[in-house]
Amino acid sequence: MTVLVEIRGVTKVYHRGRERIEVLHGIDLDIPSGDFVALMGPSGSGKTTLLNLIGGLDTPTGGSIVVQGRRIDQLSGGDLAAWRAVHVGFVFQFYNLLPALSAQRNVELPLLLTDLSGAERRRRARIALTLVGLEDRARHRPRELSGGQEQRVAIARAIVSDPTLLVCDEPTGDLDRATAHEVLRLLQMLNREHGKTVVMVTHDPKAAEYARRRVHLDKGVMTAEPVSS
Amino acid sequence: MRYLPLLWAGLFRKKTRTILTLLSIVVAFALFGLLQAVEVAFESGADTADAKRLLTTARYSIIEPLPMAYRRRIEQVPGVVGVAFADWFGAKYQNESNAFPVFAVDPARYLDMYPEFTIPREQREAFVKTRTGAVAGKRLVDRYGWQIGQKLPISSEIHPKTDGSMSWEFDLVGIIDADDPAVRGNTDVVLINVAYFDEARQSGRGKTGWYIVRIADSSQARAISAGIDGLFMNSPDETKTQPEKEFALGFAKQIGDIGALVTRILLAVFFTILILTGNTMAQSIRERIPELAILKTLGFSDGKVTALVLAEAVLLLVLGGAVGMGAAVAAMPALNGSTGGRFPPLFVGLDTWLLAAGIAAAVALVIGLPPALRANRLKIVDALSGH
Repeated sequence: MTVLVEIRGVTKVYHRGRERIEVLHGIDLDIPSGDFVALMGPSGSGKTTLLNLIGGLDTPTGGSIVVQGRRIDQLSGGDLAAWRAVHVGFVFQFYNLLPALSAQRNVELPLLLTDLSGAERRRRARIALTLVGLEDRARHRPRELSGGQEQRVAIARAIVSDPTLLVCDEPTGDLDRATAHEVLRLLQMLNREHGKTVVMVTHDPKAAEYARRRVHLDKGVMTAEPVSS
Repeated sequence: MRYLPLLWAGLFRKKTRTILTLLSIVVAFALFGLLQAVEVAFESGADTADAKRLLTTARYSIIEPLPMAYRRRIEQVPGVVGVAFADWFGAKYQNESNAFPVFAVDPARYLDMYPEFTIPREQREAFVKTRTGAVAGKRLVDRYGWQIGQKLPISSEIHPKTDGSMSWEFDLVGIIDADDPAVRGNTDVVLINVAYFDEARQSGRGKTGWYIVRIADSSQARAISAGIDGLFMNSPDETKTQPEKEFALGFAKQIGDIGALVTRILLAVFFTILILTGNTMAQSIRERIPELAILKTLGFSDGKVTALVLAEAVLLLVLGGAVGMGAAVAAMPALNGSTGGRFPPLFVGLDTWLLAAGIAAAVALVIGLPPALRANRLKIVDALSGH
C-alpha cells in the first residue's frame, strides 16, 4: 500500500503566558492509504494535537507532514482551508452540527465550497445520508435527532465531498455502547468498502478494536505498547 | 445565493431576538422614510424651483399687495422675458377643514410661467376664455370628486364680493397635473381668472399679491432682481425680488429648519439602532464561535467566514430597511389624505430610497465589522476546545 500520510520529526509547542508547553516531541508516523488507525493514549498525551495536525487544523512547530505527496505544514491558511475542503472529512465527539440547519443542509455544507449546482449538492447530500442510513431524517434539525443519529449525520457530512482521509476525534465518546458500535461499524464499512483512510483518536480499547492498527502516544512520544492512563 | 440558507439560518437561530431587532430596524427606517418625505415636501418648492424664475413681492411683507400696473414696467427690465402675477384668495370649500390655495391669475401668462404643469390644450383655452373659469390640481379634483363643467362654490376668508358676500362661484373648466411627483405638490391649487375676480371683488382692485418673472439668463438673476427693485425704490409700494428657490427656502424656514430637525431626530434614531443591533450581532456571533470554527474546519477560508458574518449584518439591515421603507410608502396615501390638502404631497422618492440603502450599508458595516474581524481571527483548535 502507498503511504498517504507521512509524518517526520513533528513537534508542537504551545505557549501559555510565559510557559512553554511541548506537546509533541519528534513524532514519526506513516499511515498507508486505506488504513484505519486508532490513535490511543491517556489524556494529555498529544493524540488530539497530532490528529489536528494530520487534518490540517493546526500547523506543527517543527518537522514535516506530507499527505498524498503534499507538504501541508508549509501551506498558507487559505491554501490549507482549501486543502481540507477537498481531502479531509472530520468527525468530532460532540458532532458539531449547525443546530439551525436541517440534517440535509448540514451535510451539504462542504459542497457549498464547490462549483456544484444546488440540485447536485442536494443529490449528493441525500446519497451520503442514505449511506449512513438516515435518508428519512433529512429534514430534521439536530435537536430532533438522537446522539447516534447526529453522529451519523456528521459522518455523512464528512464523506459527502468524497475525501481521501477521515479524521475522527473520539467519535463515540458521547455515545452509549450500542450506538457506539453502530457508528464504529459505519466507519469500518467506509474504510473497508469505500477505501477511506481513517485516523481515529480514542481512549476506548473497545472502539480501537474496530481499527486495523493502533498507535500509542504518551507525553508526546509514540510508544510501542499501551500505557495505562 | 448559495449561502442564503446558511445566512438565514444563522440570522434566525434565535428567532425572538432577531425579530425584535428587526422590528427596531423596521421602525427606524419607517421613521426615516416618513421624516424624509416631510423634509422633501417642505423643500419641494425649492427643489422644483426654476432658476430662471424670480419672485417679486412687497418689500416688507408678502401679504402687502402690489399694483397690477407694475407688470408692464417689470417687462421693460433688460433680461426679463415674461411676467405673470398671482393673488391669494384665502379659500374654504364646504367647511373650515377643507382649505386649499386659490390664486387669482392671468390664465395664459401664469400657465406659460409654469411649463412643468400639464393641462390639455382645450382646457387651457377654456380657462383663458372663461371669465368665471377655474382650473384645479388633479389631486384636489380626485379628493373632492369634482367634474369638469361643474360649479365650484368657494368661500373667501379675505375677499368679499361687491354685494358683501364671501361666497364665490367658479366654473371648473380644466385640470392641471404634473409628471414629476415633486412638482405635483405645487398643483394642489385652484387657479381662478383674475379678470372676473378683480371686477367682482369689493376692494383691492388693481392690486395683486406677487409677481413671477421669467428671465433669459439665470446667471443674471441678482442684477435683474436689483433692476426690478430699483424701479420701485422710494415708491409707496417698494418691492423685493429674489430667485424662486431662495423665496421657497425662506418661506419654509419661517415654519422652522425642518431639514436640521429631521437630521437630528434621525441621527438619534440610527445611533440607537447602531448600539442595539451592534450588541445583538456581537452577542449572536459570540454564541456561534464553535459553529464558525466548524465552518473553517470544513474548508471555509478566513475571508469567507468574515464575509458570511458581514453578509448576515447586511441581510439584517436590508430586510429591516426594506420593510421599514415599505411601511413608510404604504402610509403615504393615508397621511396625504389626512392633511386635507394643506400640505404638499408626501412621497418617498428615489433619492430617499438610495439614501436609505446607503444608511443600511453603513450601519451593516459598522455593526458587522467587529464580529466579522473576530471571526476572521478565530483559531479552529482554540474555538473547538472552548478557549
